[in-house]
Amino acid sequence: MIMPYELIPDATLVTNYIQGNEHALEILITRHKQKVYSFIYSKVYDRDVTEDIFQDTFIKVIKTLKRGAYNEEGKFLPWVMRISHNLVIDYFRKNNRMPKFDNTGEFSIFSVLSDTTLNAEKQIIKDQVENDVRRLVEELPEDQKEVLLMRIYDDLSFKEISDKTGVSINTALGRMRYALINLRKIIDKHQIVLTN
Amino acid sequence: MAKLYTNHFIKELNELQPKEETVNFLLNYSKALSVINCNKMKFEALLN
Repeated sequence: MIMPYELIPDATLVTNYIQGNEHALEILITRHKQKVYSFIYSKVYDRDVTEDIFQDTFIKVIKTLKRGAYNEEGKFLPWVMRISHNLVIDYFRKNNRMPKFDNTGEFSIFSVLSDTTLNAEKQIIKDQVENDVRRLVEELPEDQKEVLLMRIYDDLSFKEISDKTGVSINTALGRMRYALINLRKIIDKHQIVLTN
Repeated sequence: MAKLYTNHFIKELNELQPKEETVNFLLNYSKALSVINCNKMKFEALLN
């Protein structure tokens, strides 16, 4: 008579598995997977980590059984639990060795991890500043304005500007220089604040 | 309230299961792994 799987004791399944019956392992894993998995999850609270440790646990089980290094004392599940417990400890040890920012010392992590998006007020100021700059640029002589727009807004090189406008690179550089000098003059003269 | 939460949590824990892929991986790993005994030494061979 064939015994139903549920009634076969762990010890028999382990022996069968060591003798080459792969199906015995499937029964063992199916029988205990929920207990082992829940145990690991109750320690690490992370599904992915649990999955990894669960896998490593059974890899260790498989290796030990296949090497014939398992000492059957009728305690298969406690043995598996012990392996998973040790792997959980290894996981926490490994994680503690990694640098952590607890934000209690002099260094504040938030000084590095700031939110760079602007709030409504800063966005309005930024728009105003950009608008002011545009108006100032409009005041520049035509040749200087042309070079400045190509260089700053169109991101062209002075070589490209020189090709487009038909003037030499040096002339383009000079116009850019005067454009900036003139802008600074206007800003100083009218005491315009262009900072956010 | 705390008790309700705990009960719920225990129930949730009991429903936890490894992914099917993980179990399948283990079964395939077991099939592929063979340990070769050679002069008191043991070698593992993973055959796919």
